[in-house]
Amino acid sequence: MTILQATAVTKRFGGLVAVKDVDLAIGEGEVVGLIGPNGAGKTTFFNCLTGMETPTAGTVIYRGSPLPRRPDLITKAGVARTFQNIRLFPNMTALENVLVGRHVRTKAGVMSAVGRGPRYHREERESEAKARELLKFVGLTTAGNELAKSLPYGDQRRLEIARALATEPGLLLLDEPTAGMNPKETVAARDLVRAVQGRGISVILIEHDMRFVFGLCDRIAVLVQGEKLLEGTPAEVQSDERVIAAYLGKAPEDAAGSSPKKAAKKAAPRKTVPKPAAAPDSDKDTPA
Amino acid sequence: MNQAAFVRTRLQARFGPAAALIGLVGVLLLVVGCFLPWAGFAGFPGKMLNTAPGGSRLYVLLLALFGVLFRLDWPGRARALRGASTFALVITMLTVLFIAYAGGGLVNLGTGAYVALAGVVLYYLGAQSLPEDDVVAPVRELPDGRWRVLIETLLVVGVAVGALIIFVIGLGLPTASVADGPDHRLGGAISLNDLTNESQFLCFLLFVCGAMLALSRLGLVASVGAMTKKHSRVLVAAALMSAVVFPFTQGGNGYSLRIAASIGVFAAAAVGLNIVVGLAGLLDLGYIAFFGVGAYFAAIFSGSVTSVIDMHLPFGLVILLGAAISGVFGLLLGAPTLRLRGDYLAIVTLGFGEIFRITVNNLDGSAGPSLTNGPNGISNIPDLTLPGGFNFGENHLLFGVDLPFQANYYWLEIILIAVVMTAFLRLAESRIGRAWVAIREDEVAAAATGINTTRLKLLAFVLGATLAGAAGTVNAHVVKVAAPDSFTFMESALLLAAVILGGMGTVPGALLGATVLYLLPEKLRFLQDLRLLVFGIVLVLIMRLRPEGLVPSKRRAREFHEPGGGADALSAPPGHRGTA
Repeated sequence: MTILQATAVTKRFGGLVAVKDVDLAIGEGEVVGLIGPNGAGKTTFFNCLTGMETPTAGTVIYRGSPLPRRPDLITKAGVARTFQNIRLFPNMTALENVLVGRHVRTKAGVMSAVGRGPRYHREERESEAKARELLKFVGLTTAGNELAKSLPYGDQRRLEIARALATEPGLLLLDEPTAGMNPKETVAARDLVRAVQGRGISVILIEHDMRFVFGLCDRIAVLVQGEKLLEGTPAEVQSDERVIAAYLGKAPEDAAGSSPKKAAKKAAPRKTVPKPAAAPDSDKDTPA
Repeated sequence: MNQAAFVRTRLQARFGPAAALIGLVGVLLLVVGCFLPWAGFAGFPGKMLNTAPGGSRLYVLLLALFGVLFRLDWPGRARALRGASTFALVITMLTVLFIAYAGGGLVNLGTGAYVALAGVVLYYLGAQSLPEDDVVAPVRELPDGRWRVLIETLLVVGVAVGALIIFVIGLGLPTASVADGPDHRLGGAISLNDLTNESQFLCFLLFVCGAMLALSRLGLVASVGAMTKKHSRVLVAAALMSAVVFPFTQGGNGYSLRIAASIGVFAAAAVGLNIVVGLAGLLDLGYIAFFGVGAYFAAIFSGSVTSVIDMHLPFGLVILLGAAISGVFGLLLGAPTLRLRGDYLAIVTLGFGEIFRITVNNLDGSAGPSLTNGPNGISNIPDLTLPGGFNFGENHLLFGVDLPFQANYYWLEIILIAVVMTAFLRLAESRIGRAWVAIREDEVAAAATGINTTRLKLLAFVLGATLAGAAGTVNAHVVKVAAPDSFTFMESALLLAAVILGGMGTVPGALLGATVLYLLPEKLRFLQDLRLLVFGIVLVLIMRLRPEGLVPSKRRAREFHEPGGGADALSAPPGHRGTA
């Protein structure tokens, strides 16, 4: 069953078309990868889905009804996200960060906060229990009282996921969840995404680490220059010549040089698309 | 800073081994000096003539007691000694200068002054030459035992009582005159009597700062602070008791109670502003206008003869309505402007503050409707009366003490502060408080986490305005007048300074900041034109030495002192950060 249906989403910045007529459907409990070279419009597409940008055209249907425009309403509807350049609340503790995520699912108003009746206490207790459970879920059991900014990088990424999960989403958007991670942390991140999927939450992720994407995703969509080049299973995408061309450029038929064969060999031999190492971390597409 | 460190290194190289000896000799000389007369003539306040130390001599003597640290190997002792000796040096030199000036020359100094000067210089040199501490003083805990809870409770109560004592002394320092000296004027402007009197206050303030600095460098302030957190209910109860008994310590002096009540109003407004600035991070430069709305509402509807509306609403209703109307103004101003961020919001609020002041200045019937009496304001606001016939304007006999009528208003202030404080503390620790902090930290991320940022910012703004309005209605009754001059930008800036100086996001910080900011200009009044200059210098110094504020919130202290830098730290390129 489809949980999110984006139809012909387009985003123009003046004359630049950052995202052009992109369709994407996400099924219940599915993990979908969104890949493409730098500047392909992946993050802009994410921003259109989460209300950070208003799409110039197109519709996004979530669970049968169109998504609202404001970010907080979208989160309330059940679509949560993380950011490419982590955006935690740096001077709040890890636990507080997750508790902020509970905001949208709790109700206590000013009167109840000042009055502190039994309902207020129960809600606070439940929020904290839930937040601690989520910290444990992402593997940050001991970090509850640390400031977010003093956590190691990998932990910050996981905390951001915990905060997003605290809003009880049906669909989680992860913008480069492994950027800047070492191999060990990347493996942990993969396990974490699987665990999220195990909770029945659908995931869309932008990622440059191809081993990560192909090992994890049920389906992959390739975005090139704002347009969806193709969509399919990892095997289909991996073997598609156009994807390789999009990442590395076409193998030059008449390249100047002593051994054109060698050049072709370099680009084509493995049908497996570029190595993970080829994804430059420091050189990102436009920030959110 | 670097230069000081360089000089210290040189001193350590030269006197290092003998540092403790030099220091101890200095301390001994200083103690002896404090028991000898400092002034060769009668009349200088603070008992400078006889042999019993009082006034500045007592402060120096107490700071000299830290000298025992030369013989103890406590962590943090070198830094503590440097702090104590520096302040002792400054107080001694200031007092000697004041005495010499009041007496008309150095010849009028007593022998004690010379002995003490020599001693304090050696004390200072000895402390500066001590080797650096290897470790930062730890937060100590009392050993477990039967008495632990009792001792901790007593210490926490002691904090509240100590604060009361410091406040009482600071407020009530002698206002004697130099009996025999001529009252000539310094530079033709500053009265000698004022100078010598206020030097007492200045020395006292320096003493408190020096002692607190030394104690905090020994880790004692943090240790006791941890206890107050553990027994926060005890602290609140003790602080409330201290505040309530304060009028009994004043011996019927209505003036000091009046000042205390004014500080109370100022502090209540500062706590309200703390919601807007400290929690939600919205820079509001026109906050005093909301205070003014409340004050004018109370002035108009409390039966003042100068009010154009002849109506006398009961006080409870005035407070509620004044607060509500102020809140409505907050809503009207906030709704269109809170989409702005940072500096833009500051400019709009600044504009609102000015609009309010100019409007009430002109609503005098000639330039607009007659409502506020224009620049004259509404005066003669009658004293409050409670339904039981209790009149706030009369002295009352309580527990055999005849209390001046100002005590009634003072206690009203205490209730107001208690209410505002409770609201602040409970909101800060709730889901709403967390959302405000999240907005302050990163508005985009807060929105993406499901927080309706516009609505919550508006809520902070309106709540702040409401509390200011309530404080304003009470203030109108305390000062009995509402006039446009009381609501200038300067007042908004002072309130903001109180919040930042005291420590953003904490109640004790706002209270302390408000007290310091209210008392300092009062006590510096004798400097006349130089007053604001000195005031500014003091503010700059405090911000330089303690950027997180006098009583920072835990979060803010960590913000400034924990690795990870500012908010930008999180967006640093991943490659630049250590990974596990």
